Amino acid sequence: MGLAAAFWIMAVVAVIAALGVVFLRNVFRAALALVLCFITVAGLYITLSADFLAAVQILVYVGAISVLIILAIMMTREVQQGSPANRMKIPAFIVAAVLLGIMIYTVTQTPWQIAPESPLSPTTVPLATKLFSESGFILPVEIAATLILAAILGAIVIAREK
Amino acid sequence: MNLELFIPEITLAVFAILVILLDLFVRDKSWLRLVSLSGLVIAGGVTVAMWGDDSTAIFNNMLAVDNFALFFKLLFAGIAFLVILASTDYVAKFARFQGEYYALILLSTLGMMLMAATTDLISLFVALELTSISLYVLVGFLKDRKSTEASLKYLLLGAIASAVLLYGMALVFGSTGQTQLGAIAQAIQSMSLESVLDSPALLMGIVLLIAGFGFKIAAVPFQMWVPDVYEGAPTPVTAYLSVASKAAGFAIILRVFFSAFGIPEWLSMNWGMIFAALAVISMIIGNVIAIPQTNIKRMLGYSSIAQAGYLMVGLAAIGFAPAIATQGQSTILFFLASYALTNLGAFIAVIAISNKINSDDIADYAGMGKRAPVMALALTLCLISLIGMPPAAGFMAKFYIFSTAVQNDLLWLVVIAVLNSVISAYYYLRVVKVMWYGQPASGEKVPSSGAPRLALFLCCLGVLVLGIIPGLVMRLAELAGKMFAF
Repeated sequence: MGLAAAFWIMAVVAVIAALGVVFLRNVFRAALALVLCFITVAGLYITLSADFLAAVQILVYVGAISVLIILAIMMTREVQQGSPANRMKIPAFIVAAVLLGIMIYTVTQTPWQIAPESPLSPTTVPLATKLFSESGFILPVEIAATLILAAILGAIVIAREK
Repeated sequence: MNLELFIPEITLAVFAILVILLDLFVRDKSWLRLVSLSGLVIAGGVTVAMWGDDSTAIFNNMLAVDNFALFFKLLFAGIAFLVILASTDYVAKFARFQGEYYALILLSTLGMMLMAATTDLISLFVALELTSISLYVLVGFLKDRKSTEASLKYLLLGAIASAVLLYGMALVFGSTGQTQLGAIAQAIQSMSLESVLDSPALLMGIVLLIAGFGFKIAAVPFQMWVPDVYEGAPTPVTAYLSVASKAAGFAIILRVFFSAFGIPEWLSMNWGMIFAALAVISMIIGNVIAIPQTNIKRMLGYSSIAQAGYLMVGLAAIGFAPAIATQGQSTILFFLASYALTNLGAFIAVIAISNKINSDDIADYAGMGKRAPVMALALTLCLISLIGMPPAAGFMAKFYIFSTAVQNDLLWLVVIAVLNSVISAYYYLRVVKVMWYGQPASGEKVPSSGAPRLALFLCCLGVLVLGIIPGLVMRLAELAGKMFAF
């Protein structure tokens, strides 16, 4: 009961924070709203027994990515002007609303199958075994390593002096 | 585990790293090109040696080693080889970072090879991102205004496409409980038809997958990025993008939709219908907007949208008749091979000419028939092939795809496609007319260097061979139509 209440409170806060990211004119405030959104999503993971995912969410998103975004804002001039108005406001709103409607319909109308087993706890060890064993996800892990190499090369190329 | 089946991919990764390291030590940068080319030759050679009747899967059934994947691996290695040859003059202008240029091309080729072979949604996504991130950087490599704008647009729209794709994958996973394509197929087949119909999540997932892949193959309405990115990117990268990225997109669509959503027939009819609709709008919009273009790179960009439309006619045919899917697949593979050679040829001629006259305007191509007869002749051949006229490869490619579609009661779609081919003749032939009958701006010859000439020669040879004796490659494509079955 308490867990369900925590889930719904954090879900509502996450949605409000996400709306804040979109509607707040001041970029810095929008970034802070994004941090709040990240934290509440981490909370959602905890209520869903995904403990490792929650820790990673805090470390990577709340820790690293938020700092990166805020640093980027600090280096940008004229933050005070806020994000400019957009001609496409109304069409974008219509498209987003239609998409939202379709997604709500999809999620509520589908008879989701729920696994009969209770979730694992803790998840860290089984996850590690699954990721790094030969009969698991070692291939995507290796591809991700190559992906990071490509990203580093890209960063070097893009950040060069002209 | 059989790591020897993974050698083409390992080779490319090793050579990519080798090129970066070598860049630190050698003064003569032409070595870098040689090393990259030899890496591609080795990877391609191993791929050819692995060709056979057996198909298997490694890494816990995540990576198929079948003729289908090998065909695409060879195609990607070949495309990257030609693109590196063609970028010789271009890269020589860079003061630094030549090693990174070659390494990123090798890494994106590696990503595409993995895309063609992967049989699992998770490794598929990571492979797709490896390809995309390398391409975003390559597009912005020049770092001038246009190139940066193109890269930024490509990155932003590509990120949205990836998000849509991921949403689709999540919905498919949610309704089947599987990420592996074969297991997804089994899960769908074990459901009753009513429960498939009652599960909007699965259908929505499939629609979102089509949208995500549609971005990769530049189908309308996911084509917004094409003209600006094609115009702004360094021309060799544009050539690479227009050919390899599109082929990888089709490889992945064929694999995912055939392996996972091929049965029941009701489902495949539905995605066949979606592809038929996308084919119609891609052909019409691509061809009509190509007509008023004055920049040759933008024109070829819209032309590549239209070509994706013709290819989707083949996808629709597979959806409507899954029983003969192998035949449908082989026609698409043949079309992709012929399109790759043709479009690369056209772009290499454009690179060679534009490099000297410093302009991409079609008007500036006036009189090229006199100033650069070899290049103009090659470009003419490639444009004729893009229209789909004999004796070029494009004719046979369209003939195969359209006849498969007609056999599967898609006559209406083929009629639209043929009408579109006629429209397309107008803007392709306009370039030919300008080149041969236009008044040259100056009598000065446009010289070209050895490596792009070799690449252009190989492309034109391929276009003619595929057009005159198509049986050889068609036989190969038929063998490659067989996919690893779980």
